[in-house]
Amino acid sequence: MPIADLPLWAEIAVTFFLVVGGLFGLVGSFGLLKLPDPMTRLHAPTKATTLGVGGVLIASMIYIFAAEGRVSMHELLITLFLVITSPITALFIAKVHIHMREKPETLPEPRDASGWASFTADGPARGVRDRQPVEPGAPDKTA
Amino acid sequence: MITYALIFCIGSFALGLLLNLWRVVRGPRISDRILALDTMTVNAIALLILLGFALGSPIFFEVAMLFALVGFVSTVSYCRFLLRGDIIE
Repeated sequence: MPIADLPLWAEIAVTFFLVVGGLFGLVGSFGLLKLPDPMTRLHAPTKATTLGVGGVLIASMIYIFAAEGRVSMHELLITLFLVITSPITALFIAKVHIHMREKPETLPEPRDASGWASFTADGPARGVRDRQPVEPGAPDKTA
Repeated sequence: MITYALIFCIGSFALGLLLNLWRVVRGPRISDRILALDTMTVNAIALLILLGFALGSPIFFEVAMLFALVGFVSTVSYCRFLLRGDIIE
């Protein structure tokens, strides 16, 4: 492996972030396997794996800065993309779980009386919505 | 020192991929399987970055970026298909 010789501080920092990243990635994947029900399973990988990849990317940035003396922007791009997309993914997976396996009665009561927003839209809660032909000019109900 | 940390990190992410694969095979519900596949893409991104690290090649960053894009789009489209029966309405 062509690993460059680094000053001591960089070597310690890169090693630290690599070990922490590896541990977090492993904990996230283990939590996915270990936790008992789908909503808790959603919690483990979406946080811990992002932290794990974040640790690896920080280690890579420090290594490139110490070995070649330039700041690498690829890592920041990947981190930005993962941080933006992982809540959206988690929200979608939770929504799939709620609509395929739960009813409003089986869910905990929300604090205000408006109910679960995911179930309050008109139309059937799961599967394909009936797409009625709409008169031109009529207000769009599904929007 | 970095070499041993790299070996440890690659090993733990590879073990994480195997655990995710187990969840994909076992997962009692479809949402568990989608979640495990999404976690697999994130772990694969980490493995690609570590591979670029070990081989000293900057091309792996582009591959990791593409993996992040395609993984996100595929997860969202799978969820969208299950929720609405359609991907682009």
